[in-house]
Amino acid sequence: MAVKWTKKDLLGLETLSADEIGLILETADSFKEISQRPIKKVPTLRGQTVVLFFFEPSTRTRTSFELAAKRMSADMVNIQTNASSLTKGETLKDTAKNIEAMKVNIIIMRHSCSGAPQLLAESVSPSIINAGDGSHEHPTQGLLDIFTIKEHKKKIAGLNVSIIGDIAHSRVARSNIWGLTKMGAKVTVCGPATLMPPEIEKLGVKVTYDIKEAIEGADVINMLRIQLERQGQSLFPSIREYAMKFGLDAEKMKYAKKDVLIMHPGPINRGVEITPEVADGPYSVILEQVTNGIAVRMAVLYLVSGVKERIE
Amino acid sequence: MDIILKGGHVVDPANNVDSEADVLIKGDKIAQVGKNIKANGAKTIDCKGKLVFPGLIDMHTHLRQPGREDEETILTGSRAALKGGFTSVLCMANTNPAIDNKGVVEYIHAEASRAGLINVYTAAAVTKGLEGKELTEIGQIAEAGAKALSDDGKPVMNAEILRRALEYAKMSGLPIISHCEDINLSGNGVMNEGFVSTKLGLKGIPRASETVMVMRDMELAGLTGGKLHIAHLSAKESVEAVREAKKRGIKVTCETCPHYFTLTEEAVLGFNTKAKVNPPLKTKEDIAAVKKGLSDGTIDAIATDHAPHSAEEKDLEFDFAASGMIGLEFALSLANTELVKNKVLDWSGLAMKMSVNPSKILGLTGKGSLAAGSDADVTVFDPSAEWVVDEKRIESKSKNTPLAGRKMGGAVLITIVGGKIKYENGRFD
Ligand SMILES: [Zn+2]
Ligand SMILES: [Zn+2]
Repeated sequence: MAVKWTKKDLLGLETLSADEIGLILETADSFKEISQRPIKKVPTLRGQTVVLFFFEPSTRTRTSFELAAKRMSADMVNIQTNASSLTKGETLKDTAKNIEAMKVNIIIMRHSCSGAPQLLAESVSPSIINAGDGSHEHPTQGLLDIFTIKEHKKKIAGLNVSIIGDIAHSRVARSNIWGLTKMGAKVTVCGPATLMPPEIEKLGVKVTYDIKEAIEGADVINMLRIQLERQGQSLFPSIREYAMKFGLDAEKMKYAKKDVLIMHPGPINRGVEITPEVADGPYSVILEQVTNGIAVRMAVLYLVSGVKERIE
Repeated sequence: MDIILKGGHVVDPANNVDSEADVLIKGDKIAQVGKNIKANGAKTIDCKGKLVFPGLIDMHTHLRQPGREDEETILTGSRAALKGGFTSVLCMANTNPAIDNKGVVEYIHAEASRAGLINVYTAAAVTKGLEGKELTEIGQIAEAGAKALSDDGKPVMNAEILRRALEYAKMSGLPIISHCEDINLSGNGVMNEGFVSTKLGLKGIPRASETVMVMRDMELAGLTGGKLHIAHLSAKESVEAVREAKKRGIKVTCETCPHYFTLTEEAVLGFNTKAKVNPPLKTKEDIAAVKKGLSDGTIDAIATDHAPHSAEEKDLEFDFAASGMIGLEFALSLANTELVKNKVLDWSGLAMKMSVNPSKILGLTGKGSLAAGSDADVTVFDPSAEWVVDEKRIESKSKNTPLAGRKMGGAVLITIVGGKIKYENGRFD
């Protein structure tokens, strides 16, 4: 591929071209093999310092990034805090300036506010990798989802991908929509009307409130995690009704194509958005997503780090 | 010393003047407006090719004093006003402490005369501490000289309390200025709900949050016969609602702000906190509706909602950044570019919105007019001057504006308050 990586940061898939996404996927392909070796370590990022700067609790994404960095021999620091503790005194920018002064190379950031990684990217020199910001984007999740789809389907263009659940509050949905539509997939979003953000169809997706319609003809079904607190915000009447209307179970799977892929970004609310028999069933690639997450994050770290020599 | 403004285009709609004339000022009053006035010994200012307006009145300004003098003071806000051609402002009550009793009203007036630059009028709170619960001592506040009542920054959510406020305020004749926002609908929204909020993953404020309250408040005005003025109208549906209510004979007036006929929600793209404002910036269709409302008389006034905020309050995650932008220094230029050049308003129409009507709504005497005997508050504007907004050259103590780098059409040359030249070509007196 002729395209070269030129970006300091990875803030989202909105700002990437299809070629750049293709480059990340191709790079991830070559890194995936490392995780299958008996000694899962290459010296690619030796001497580079990577900071995990997490303002929201997260086990999966943090562990995945941590393993990705360690397998590339980077030095790692973990900073876990919460967004509100900063607002009292030191601002986000103050904290970031302090981290910058410690001469780190890459900051991987998760924050509950949309746009926080961009604020950081504009104010400090280390590369910023967005590990999820508010309801905005979660680019590495989008990339690992696309990577997993491509491994199975050998292509993205022309596929029907349905994303089902809380679209309004989902950064996973947004990154998937940007990435998939750029790569030529046909995306359908499905969820209760209260969890459908306004004018989402302008992103080039089809909207339906009927899960049957979203399942039929889909090559891929990506089930989103529902935050159980949303019930208290009158966004849906009950978990039970949500599960009945928008949960994926064996009954609704009858409408699915025979070679459908079932995905979920995790962690799963078993029995709410997806039943155990579907999550653990033959169409599920949920655990493969986890494995691929490390390869994709290694690829992103590699590309933004600007390391020129390819892995051996 | 007497002053004569020679040969300018005098725009004085209160007296049906919209033509070349001289304006003679004697002491603190206007002495005469007419052709070829002879005035021996008066300071003569050539105004050929310039516009001469009755001093502009901003009926919606946040001066931040007392409480946030790091963001603005009555003095720095007055300088910003002068540079923008405003000779009078109405300052809002959401200070700390709030302007919710006679004592604070008197304090503001005392500080304003110490600053000694412009006329500072006060809007006092409708409810104590702007909490929306108990009425302030409206009678005493009126006696202390407040010109309006407003909990601006917040709505009076309890309809019963607003109903009683409208009734009680009838005795003093003070208008109630309503910040129309349903706080339940707004929730923790931070920008207009629409495609841009969907793209950015920011929580949206639905447009109905404004309109339902505009409609509610107008019904209460109809019920009580009280004097209602709606602040910062921004949504198409709100403009339409006011138009209908006026047709039905409800006593209501309203204002919009320059940013609602200049900027759209797209200004927020890139998580630009300088474009975070409440009510939030909307769409092209809303701009068109606001302009139509201005030209057909539905919208009575243009006010700035000048809202200074420190860099620390803006340089944050979008969710945490303060809402509001400064506006005093840009309002007239924006109105020139967006409204006059686009033929939404003529010069007289603009003077109505920025001087005559605010004076009427607030019941000011001697303002908004260049008739002989009126207060000698005058703004001289050069509509063809061009300049670029530069943060370093902003007079306001706060620099929070999304307009930095924008080319402005027209500049204020001279601002005269009470017969004294307080501002002339970048210099203050
Ligand atoms: Zn307001
Ligand atoms: Zn205001």
